[in-house]
Amino acid sequence: MTDLGFSQAQPVQNSLLTETARTRKRNAAERRFRAFGIAAIMVGLLMLILLVTTIVSKGTGAFQQTFITVNVELLESKLDKKGNRNIEEIKKVTTFGYAPLLKTAMKDLVADLSIETSLKSKHLAALLSKSAVAELRAYVIANPDQIGKTVEFRFLAQSRVDGYLKGRVTRESVVNDKNISAEQLDLVDALVAVGTIEKTFNLDFILGSDASDQRPEAAGIGVSMAGSLFMMMVVLALALPIGVAASIYLEEFAPRNWLTDIIEVNIANLAAVPSIVFGILGLAVFINYMHLPMSAPLVGGLVLTLMTLPTIIISTRAALKAVPPSIRDAALGVGASKMQAVFHHVLPLAAPGILTGTIIGLAQALGETAPLLLIGMVGFIASNAPETIAEGLLSPNSAMPAQIYEWAKRADPAFYERAWGGIIILLVFLVTMNTIAVILRRRFERRW
Amino acid sequence: MNMMDKTMVTKTVKIAANNVNVHYADSHAIKDVSVGIEANAVTAFIGPSGCGKSTFLRCLNRMNDTIDVCRVTGEILLDEEDIYDRRVDPVQLRAKVGMVFQKPNPFPKSIYDNVAYGPRIHGLARNKAELDEIVENSLRRGAIWEEVKDRLDAPGTGLSGGQQQRLCIARAIATEPEVLLMDEPCSALDPIATAQVEELIDELRGNFTVVIVTHSMQQAARVSQKTAFFHLGNLVEYEATGQIFTNPQDPRTESYITGRIG
Amino acid sequence: MPTFWLIIILLALSVAGFLLGRHRALATADGDIRALHSLPSYYGVNVAMWAGVPSLALLASWLLLQPMLIETRVVKSIPESMFAETGSLNLLMSDVRRLAEGLDLAEERGLLSNDQINALDLESSNLRVELGTIGVALGSEILPEVLSAAQSYRGFSKTGHLAMVVACLGLAGAGFVYALLQTQKDLRARNLVERGAMALLVLAASLAILTTVGIVLSMLFETVNFFGLHAWSDFFFGTTWAPNFRGDSELSILPLLWGTLYISAIALLVAVPVGLFAAIYLSEYASPAVRTLAKPLLEILAGIPTIVYGLFALLTVGPMLLRFFGQGENGLLGLDWMSGATSVLTAGFVMGIMLIPFVSSLSDDIINAVPQTMRDGSLGLGATKSETIRQVVLPAALPGIVGAILLAASRAIGETMIVVMGAGAIAKFSGNPFESMTTITTRIVSQLTGDTDFASPETLVAFALGLSLFVLTLGLNVLALIIVRKYREQYD
Repeated sequence: MTDLGFSQAQPVQNSLLTETARTRKRNAAERRFRAFGIAAIMVGLLMLILLVTTIVSKGTGAFQQTFITVNVELLESKLDKKGNRNIEEIKKVTTFGYAPLLKTAMKDLVADLSIETSLKSKHLAALLSKSAVAELRAYVIANPDQIGKTVEFRFLAQSRVDGYLKGRVTRESVVNDKNISAEQLDLVDALVAVGTIEKTFNLDFILGSDASDQRPEAAGIGVSMAGSLFMMMVVLALALPIGVAASIYLEEFAPRNWLTDIIEVNIANLAAVPSIVFGILGLAVFINYMHLPMSAPLVGGLVLTLMTLPTIIISTRAALKAVPPSIRDAALGVGASKMQAVFHHVLPLAAPGILTGTIIGLAQALGETAPLLLIGMVGFIASNAPETIAEGLLSPNSAMPAQIYEWAKRADPAFYERAWGGIIILLVFLVTMNTIAVILRRRFERRW
Repeated sequence: MNMMDKTMVTKTVKIAANNVNVHYADSHAIKDVSVGIEANAVTAFIGPSGCGKSTFLRCLNRMNDTIDVCRVTGEILLDEEDIYDRRVDPVQLRAKVGMVFQKPNPFPKSIYDNVAYGPRIHGLARNKAELDEIVENSLRRGAIWEEVKDRLDAPGTGLSGGQQQRLCIARAIATEPEVLLMDEPCSALDPIATAQVEELIDELRGNFTVVIVTHSMQQAARVSQKTAFFHLGNLVEYEATGQIFTNPQDPRTESYITGRIG
Repeated sequence: MPTFWLIIILLALSVAGFLLGRHRALATADGDIRALHSLPSYYGVNVAMWAGVPSLALLASWLLLQPMLIETRVVKSIPESMFAETGSLNLLMSDVRRLAEGLDLAEERGLLSNDQINALDLESSNLRVELGTIGVALGSEILPEVLSAAQSYRGFSKTGHLAMVVACLGLAGAGFVYALLQTQKDLRARNLVERGAMALLVLAASLAILTTVGIVLSMLFETVNFFGLHAWSDFFFGTTWAPNFRGDSELSILPLLWGTLYISAIALLVAVPVGLFAAIYLSEYASPAVRTLAKPLLEILAGIPTIVYGLFALLTVGPMLLRFFGQGENGLLGLDWMSGATSVLTAGFVMGIMLIPFVSSLSDDIINAVPQTMRDGSLGLGATKSETIRQVVLPAALPGIVGAILLAASRAIGETMIVVMGAGAIAKFSGNPFESMTTITTRIVSQLTGDTDFASPETLVAFALGLSLFVLTLGLNVLALIIVRKYREQYD
């Protein structure tokens, strides 16, 4: 209001065809204001673009991994000294017993390709991931008859090698790195040239489990995805029926009194309670009081159910409200009870809206992290996918967003790539769910 | 048309519309309307609802510009200048052609600020004293000064319906317009408030050219000097008010006046 | 009988009740549906309801209450002196529970029989090693008092469980028989079933209240414990946040509150102008085509999980700000204001981005609620669009917009992941936005993750922080809801 002060008063000119100085000024202000609006939209969209490009550019690398193809001779003298292929005896050989095999194999590989290098076999084997020995041992235990033969393996390369191929690790950055040396990188270059080291699509990232701090190259998001899935099952099984029942009561039956008012205000407020508070509730009630197992997807699901309920109730009520009263009157008019009118007519008509709201609520729950931290669903928890439903619900597990958080906390930058990659997978789920919700809404939306 | 020519000769024409057509997306709302509105007189637009009288009124100060799908063709001259000329800024135009709406719409501000709003944005006052004077004069001419002079700081929304409408008229007067458009200004008011506003309209005639849209024939007969009858987007008849109500030339006008259509 | 089977039996009883009830109703009407008061299936559901619902409800409440009752009784049997030795009742009880669970497992695996367990004493056997063989790891040596407590714990549990099975089956059977005997053609079965269904609906609706009560009680309870161990005056009026495990922690909420409010303020400084102008442009200027494109695109920002923003803050925005404002000579601006990627500005800026769509869609609704006649009035006087917006629309929408900003503020205050990852961990009063600072939510996470001991003030303080956070956000929400509701009434 200040810019329209008194001092600029002008005599009113008569012709409409000439713009007065004041009008010019006002129109300039108008254009400025409009430009602010456009700028605000641009800032928002720019941030969106920045976010998406960051995620895509940093995350896609996680779906590719560097592998080294190497022939390993499974020496009987090391793995089965007695030669009787007794599986119990073979199991007694620890991963330490397998390490020399890899060293030899790597030395042979370099020798066969006649690559000049002064590296010791220890440093040659260091190009392989620390998980290679375990993989080798698991293979031998599964196929004891292969002992004594030479088998071709495709091992994960260690994360520095992987990073070198992806451009994350450079020759400058390895100067002070005790995990890899410039000489090893020379060897990597030579092995890449002959195709022994190659970067390919890595399904294990999508399906595998988390790995320890030392082996970022082996970490996958699959097991925590299962954790998320079990939580969503719990949320769907509890939040949908309870939410719909509560909405039906509040929208169709509840008398208008103070108690209903309190419930309504309550639901509106619960929808805005910080998610971390639900985590505290879960910790205090489900774990400390009821002694449900820590880190279990069941508990996570219960917490997320409580968190999602208000969202589902609000959207379900909107869907019920959208069904015109004439439908209820018609049912009541032919002698249906109120309960029958609601369950036979109103509810089916409101179903698409309810479903849409539920999917959106689930998507919200799927991306939620904070409460899961408090009930212990974070950290290197599960290394195997659950095999039964009960195990899936009760055995400790992580969830996708918590797994991403865990990776982001670790020191090795190789884990950051996995965190971004995890985000891509998480967002794929969310986009799919929201798209389904939008399609449902478009297809079934009715105008009364 | 020759009747219209006759009137043009006798009085100054403030606004002249020639072959105006208005389209809303697909519908043709105003069909080839030509009319000359006299200065310092009250002209009433009457007709059944949906006949286009409000749409035409809103063309006269380009309020239709705010509706995206609305398209106006033809020529509307204000003091012989085409208001749809590209060089015309609607903002400047609307300062000259003020408008009062169907429903009283005071801003959620004090009574004083409601009236001062126009002069402020158009820069009509050099200082606070001048502004005070404009506000007082406008409220006086709006015939509401006596009722509100002790509570200029009270919110305009707190007034009664009739007071609100007179406040809106005072607000429109405050920008010193030459033409005042009124879109059914009494339709939301009770009979007593209506009478007050009608009286006010009659007084305004001295200083302004007033165009009023009304659905009430009695109102048109009471306040206007000239009346235009619209039907289905056409201007059917435009005559001196007495003439229209006593001796309509067109059968459609007669049907409407006698209550057979509308 | 395991609880699982009990549930199956109760469900089976309900199904049987449904079939029998239906059949009996039809039989009393000589197979003529028209002679019945209600449809046959209602008679079936009525019996099923009587058999299933009360017994399952009893089962649920029994499972909920039994541990608590047993615990109180077991606690009474432990000599007072023990609490002092182990430090806390909680720890002792968790030992007892773990031992009892271990013994249960031992019995299940056939390692020990029930009688052997009850006769166990620590001199004659090395229980810890034995349990170790079946995978039950006990932290410390078993104390004799703990063993006897575990034995009585098991005793109570077994009795309680047996009583529960008997009571549930009895109740289910009684309900079953009662409802079946009542079933005859004139019974108003539909009304009964509908009354039952209504009770379930009410129960579902009251869960919302129950959740709130649960939140308040669970936090209040632990907060009271906390104030028993730590001075409340330090919590509310102290100036330092320095938890340590020597027992002389200073746990004041004020530095955390300062960090929280500072970061939220920066977030609002980003989100409010951008969000508000975006809303104004979308609702007042944009063509329908632009609106249908830009609005959902902006709202995508609201659908992105906060973990993504957290990562964005930690790995992208933080290092970027550091390049501009830090690293001294090596930085882009040659400044040395920032020493690490985490800072108030990092977290605040990213949180601001997250809140843009929140502010914009709320304000958009509110601006659209301002009646068009108000705009017409202003435009009709010759005001430009921006004058109309600034001087008429915005003042009219102001209460609603204030409400929206309060909601956004409450969201910012309660936001966790962005600050956990982007704000840092240092609790202090400082006005420098380039420094690391910590917030209430960050401290809740750090005090409650990892190894937690529910007897120490350092852990319990999290509940007091949680309660404060709850009260703070609740206050803001209620205020915002009242303002918005008042505003809406004005134009309805």
